Amino acid sequence: MTGHDHQHDSSLSPTELRVKALESLLTEKGLVDPAALDILIETYENKVGPRNGARVVARAWTDPDYKKRLLEDGSSAIAELGYTGRQGEDMVVLENTPSVHNLVVCTLCSCYPWPVLGLPPVWYKAAPYRSRAVIDPRGVMAEFGLVLDDDVEVRVWDSTAELRYLVLPERPAGTDGMSEEALAELVTRDSMIGTGLALQPK
Amino acid sequence: MNGAHDMGGMHGLGPIDPEENEPVFHAEWERRAFAITLAMGAHGAWNLDMSRLAREKSDPAVYLGTSYYEHWLHGLEQLLIEHGFVTAEEIESREQEILGGAK
Repeated sequence: MTGHDHQHDSSLSPTELRVKALESLLTEKGLVDPAALDILIETYENKVGPRNGARVVARAWTDPDYKKRLLEDGSSAIAELGYTGRQGEDMVVLENTPSVHNLVVCTLCSCYPWPVLGLPPVWYKAAPYRSRAVIDPRGVMAEFGLVLDDDVEVRVWDSTAELRYLVLPERPAGTDGMSEEALAELVTRDSMIGTGLALQPK
Repeated sequence: MNGAHDMGGMHGLGPIDPEENEPVFHAEWERRAFAITLAMGAHGAWNLDMSRLAREKSDPAVYLGTSYYEHWLHGLEQLLIEHGFVTAEEIESREQEILGGAK
């Protein structure tokens, strides 16, 4: 083609080109709306993320009745804080204690509780974690710098498309009297997957 | 269905190598592929299990050698074609138009 003033897009990778072609075709056919796509991206890039889960954990640390509800019926208790939606319809919350540590994986793909943790990190979706979490959980946790005492029982939970898990990490020592908001700052994404612990207060 | 995606218990797939302060997306095409997949899923022509099956039907060597959102893109493409939303020829000719600067 000659004589046009558009810039050639030959620098696109085959994957980038394929995505552009699909979006262009689907938009033309009225099947997707680019503005609606922008909103979806904005939602999952900036609004839904592990701060949601951190609020759930901090509430459970400060409100024994809430914690009881959360462990009995995770989906309902999480919905009390307004966190609902796709890929979090059926939630089970796993409580870490001094004697039991829970670790969550999805060996088959990437099932993850979106409403409370957002979209999963690359390592959660990649072969090394998915393959090894179920046969060598202590070795896996060590790669995240987490080494537990030998007498702590490690339980590994394999997620499915229907059922997703959130780990309720142990409340760190020395946090008596801290506000729920301050406590939420100690709750990391990894502590809710089981590849980490909640942070110590500064 | 088992296959390359059924990884629980496999050895030799390397270190986990978590990324510090990882961004939600690593490229603009990932953002668009993610959103298009969600938006097309909302049409109700297929469900989550069908989406997963479409991703898992990839050639095992391709599955193991490509990234997560490439799996999504491949699965989406299969579903769009199977359900008649687009044809492979339409995709091909639109790519040529984009490369030629027409779109």
